[in-house]
Parts: sequence; structure tokens; C-alpha cells
Amino acid sequence: MLNGYGANIADGAWLTIQLALISMVLACGLGLAGAAFRLSPVRWLAWLGDLYSTVIRGIPDLVLILLIFYGGQDLVNRLAPMVGYDDYIDINPFAAGVFTLGFIFGAYLSETFRGAFLGIPKGQAEAGVAYGMRSTQVFFRILVPQMIRLAIPGFTNNWLVLTKATALISLVGLQDMMFKAKQAADATREPFTFYLAVAALYLIITSVSLLLLRLVEKRYSAGVKVADL
Amino acid sequence: MIFDYNVIWENLPLYLSGLLVTLKLLAVSLVIGLTVAIPLAFMRVSRRIVVNFPAWLYTYVIRGTPGLVQLFLIYYGLAQFEAVRESWLWPWLSNATFCACLAFAINTSAYTAEIIAGSLKATPHGEIEAAQAMGMSRALMYRRIVLPSALRRALPQYSNEVIMMLQTTSLASIVTLVDITGAARTVNSQFYLPFEAYVTAGIFYLALTFILVRLFKLAERRWLAYLAPRKH
Amino acid sequence: MFKLEIQDLHKRYGDHEVIKGVSLAAKAGDVISIIGSSGSGKSTLLRCINMLEQPHAGKILLNGEELKLQPTKQGALRAADPKQLQKMRSRLAMVFQHFNLWSHMTVMQNVIEAPIHVLGVPKAEAIERAERYLAKVGVSHRKDAYPAHMSGGEQQRVAIARALAMEPEVMLFDEPTSALDPELVGDVLKVMRDLALEGRTMVVVTHEMGFAREVSNQVIFLHQGRVEESGNPREVLANPSSVRLQQFLSGSLK
Repeated sequence: MLNGYGANIADGAWLTIQLALISMVLACGLGLAGAAFRLSPVRWLAWLGDLYSTVIRGIPDLVLILLIFYGGQDLVNRLAPMVGYDDYIDINPFAAGVFTLGFIFGAYLSETFRGAFLGIPKGQAEAGVAYGMRSTQVFFRILVPQMIRLAIPGFTNNWLVLTKATALISLVGLQDMMFKAKQAADATREPFTFYLAVAALYLIITSVSLLLLRLVEKRYSAGVKVADL
Repeated sequence: MIFDYNVIWENLPLYLSGLLVTLKLLAVSLVIGLTVAIPLAFMRVSRRIVVNFPAWLYTYVIRGTPGLVQLFLIYYGLAQFEAVRESWLWPWLSNATFCACLAFAINTSAYTAEIIAGSLKATPHGEIEAAQAMGMSRALMYRRIVLPSALRRALPQYSNEVIMMLQTTSLASIVTLVDITGAARTVNSQFYLPFEAYVTAGIFYLALTFILVRLFKLAERRWLAYLAPRKH
Repeated sequence: MFKLEIQDLHKRYGDHEVIKGVSLAAKAGDVISIIGSSGSGKSTLLRCINMLEQPHAGKILLNGEELKLQPTKQGALRAADPKQLQKMRSRLAMVFQHFNLWSHMTVMQNVIEAPIHVLGVPKAEAIERAERYLAKVGVSHRKDAYPAHMSGGEQQRVAIARALAMEPEVMLFDEPTSALDPELVGDVLKVMRDLALEGRTMVVVTHEMGFAREVSNQVIFLHQGRVEESGNPREVLANPSSVRLQQFLSGSLK
């Protein structure tokens, strides 16, 4: 299939999926931390959280990827001799990709999670406290489940954007499906065929994600009345 | 001193011309994208499946695939076909600026169409009835009541889309254009100063984002005053 | 000749018939109050008059001109000629329960919109008209405000000014005071009473029995989609002959 490049591209697709999933895990962690910072009553923590979210969201993904991959590598190699390490340090594109995408989408998710926490009516926590729950119980038993429901639409959106953004990591040498497609396109001089094929693969990944996340959303929406339009 | 900002200072003209290219790409693709998005949005709120489905498919496919792939399909992909290479369109389709504008316009038209469609669907039904009861024709009602109201309510979401498009224009640097990102890539390849080069590009984009956010805030104050809380 | 005439109107939702053959006729200067409990079909009847709802049978005549109707696939009737319907609607101004002011327009823009773009009145004249009618309903001072920034009573008076600015043949009121706080009802009723005294032709769906009795010259009591009783309000409301109307009045007039 695809002039024998099918298997190659399938390998790339698997790498794309791994990259997206692992980056998303990191992004969720950073996003939760970012949201916690931004909601914190400690002024400078909140300021730090806002800075992270504003700066990252104001710069194109491509520039951040180039900055972190090339700039980061360069910086590490400029700093390393100062601490007595003289070998050239090569950053692995997959690790750099995970770190970069996780870092970028952590900023976007911090906005989603922050909004979700703020969206929970104040009375919910108060009711928990009034019934004698400890604050950790209130947090994990009352707030978190409701936050998940409120965060799902934003989460879904960020996951879809992140999946599509993985294509950019091919530009710094990761052999994902976009990279493999470019190789095949150059070799066969049939760029349209191969780019169309990866477009279809991205569409399949986003469609399947959308279906799965809809199911999750339905599960977490039990007891919520939907506005009848 | 481990940072070298003299090179950046000397190459500032390159960044500034890159800024102009970025703004040009952004403006052209937004104008074309919005023009295409309005009819698409009306198709997306139609109850007739033959009207709605093609528009749904278009926005679904565009929104489900990376902008990078769309750009490559147009700039590199179309050259695969001899019919394209020999057509009168070829001088256009082999031009990187044209291809970038086309790809970005297609991209933003899909997102914008969904934003406007959502806003159209949220038009209060009573306001439509009032227009009908006044004897307005369908065309007049859409032109005077429904669309102005929907476009205004779409403003906050559209401002996000514009900022996303600003970021998307950075892809132009991959197809040889020297926009802000392209300027940074040029500086990096000449002097091998990736950190300084890309941080500078980042600062340019941040500044542009702040300006756009301010402009949209002003626009919202002007056109969405009716949604603001009542001032006593 | 009648200004507005409705003949044998029928309307159903699915299999449920909500209006089962209602007729009414209004001469110039008539004020007709339509009363009845909720679900009696009174709002639906009013909305059929300007075709916001599609009736299934019946005739609608304005100044003796019949609105041409044709059946749809679902069996309801729709206007055969959209231009005729638009023209007729522009002469039948409606005031809604929930005001339905256009929220993105100021008061002034709301009032001049349809005169300029539907009737083709020059802008200067439309503004002059708007100022006159806004003064009449007592909201001139809010002409640059947006609807969301006004009280319900003010919004409804603007909506009445918007209707008046069309200089309509007949005004239709769909429960104009039902969505208002009790203390705001009086202002709106006073405006409507003044309009009636000027000799305007009005059809009013209302819960306000005081208005029906004192302002209108004809009252129609609808029950389960039929005219149960009608006539001069002072007689009909003082001595109802139907048991249904007696029950209705004892419930609504404490």
C-alpha cells in the first residue's frame, strides 16, 4: 500500500499517538499545577501562574518548539562547560517533543482547569463542610468530580489541538507520521498522495478521540439537566 | 556573558520586515476567511441536509487535520498533478505567499464558520418573531437583525480565533517566507544563536497578541455594550 | 367594513386541536379582549392572526383583503405570497409578552428600524415619529439605552412605541403585562388605555379583567379552543351565562 510506504507511515502514526498521549499526561500535570498556582491566595504564586499561562499562550507553538529544541539544546551546551561537563549534549527529539508539547498545553489546560474550578457553585463545598467533611474529603469527593465534568469540553478541545500540533515536532527531526510522509513524498515525488494519507490519519485520530471523549462526557454528566433548545 | 544580543540588534530590520509579512498574511487570510465563513455559517444552521452536510463536512475535515498538513497539501501537494502545473493557476499556486494565504484562509474559514453558526443558533427566538411580526422579509431580517446580532455576540470567540491565526501564520516560515519566525530562522542559520533568535521572535508575537487583545477589548466595549451589566 | 376579520380558524399541534373554529371581527376603533385560562388557545389564536403560527383552516382578512393561503406538506396553511404577508404584517403591529426588543439595538434604533427598512420612511421622519411615540409612552429619557439595561415595564412601553411607529391598522397585544412585576403593570395598562381612547383598533390577549371590563368594547372568552361566550364586557363579565366563565371569573377575580 502507498508504494510500500504504508508500513513506514503506520510506524510514524504509532509514534504520533505515543507522543500525543505522553505529552497530554505531562500537560495535565502542569495544567493542574498552573491552575492551583493561579487560584492560590499567595500573590507571587498566582502571578507566576498567570505569567506562565499568558506568555506561552501568546507565542506560536512552532516558535516555542524551535526555541525549546534548538535554543534549549544550545543553552544546555553553553551552560554545561560551566559546571565542568565538556561532551556535546544531544537532546532526543521524542523527549524534547513531549517536554515542549506538555509545557505548551499545560498553559492552555491551566486555563481550562481554573475555569472549571471557578465554575463549581460555592454552595457545593459549603454543603460538604456543613456535613462535617474534612477539607481533603471536600476536595476529592465533591470538587474534583464536578470539576472533571466542567473541564471536559476544554480538555477535549486541547487534546485535539495537541494531536494536530504533534505534526510540528516532525520539523525538528522526530520520525512521526508527518516526517515519514515527507520522506515518502520526496522519494516518490507524489507529495499530494502522502500528505492526503496523513491528513486522513489525523482525521481518524481526532474523530476517534472525539467519540471517546463524548462517552466520557456523558458519563460525567449524570444528573445534569441539559438546556432544551 | 553567555547571551549575545548585538546580533539581534543588528538584525532588527529583518525582524521588522518579518513583522510586516506576518501582518499581511494575517490580514489577508482573515478577510478571505471571514468572507467565506459567513455563507458557510448560514449553511451550518440550515435544516436542509443537502445544504448543511457539505458545510459540516468541510468544517469537520479542516478542523480535524493539522494546519501544517493543509499547507503542505496546497504548496507541495498540488505540484504532483500535471494538470495543475500546466494550468493558468500555476503562477499563483507555485507562489509561497499565495499558497500560505490560501491555506490559512481555508483554515480560519472553517473555525470562524462554526463560531458564527453557534452564535446564529443562539439568537433569541423572540427577536426573530418580532422581526417577522414587523413584516420584514427573510433577507431583510437576516441582514438587519440576525447577522448583526450574531456577529457581535461572536466577537469574544472570534478574538481567540484571530490570535490562533496569528500563531498559525508562523507556519509560513516553513514554506520559505520570511515572516517573524522566518526572520528568526534566518538569523539562527547565519549566526547560530537559536536561543536569542527565537526569544526575540517570541517577544514580537507576545507584543502582537497583547495589542490584538486590547483592540478586541475596545471593540467589545463598543459593540457589546448591550450585554454589559447595567450601570446605575 | 371590518378592519380585521378572522373566520373559522383551526389550529392543531400533531393530533391535538388547540383552536376549533374561532371567528372574530373588529371594526375601526374596536378593542377586543380575549380571555381564558392558560391552555385555552388564546395566545395561539393571536399568533395565527399574523401567521407566527400556521393555522390549519380559516381565513384572515385585513380591510377586506383576504390573506392568500396555501397548504404545506404537513397540512398546515402558509402564506401563498410572502410579499402580501409582509405587507399585512407591517400593518398589524404586535406587542409580545416578553417584549422581544432587539437586544443589540438601542431604544431609538429599535423604534426606527422597521419604519425605515420595511415601510421605507426617511430616517429623519422615522426619528421624529420615534420621539413622538417614545414621549407618548413616557420613555423618551431612555432613548439611548439598551433593552437589557431597562426595567421590564420600560421595555414593554418601548415595545409599544415600536409598534406605534409602524402606524398600524390594528395592534395585537399578546399578554403584554404577564411578564411584568406587579408594580410595573399599571404604567403599561395606562398606555394601552390611552391608545384605546384615541380610537385605535386593538386585539388584546390578557389576564387583566379590569382592563377587559373597562377598556374593551368586546370580550371573547375562549375555552378549550372554542369561543365559550362573547359580547359586551360589562354584561358578559357581570352576568356570565356559561358555567365555565363563571368558574373562570371566580378563580381570577378574588
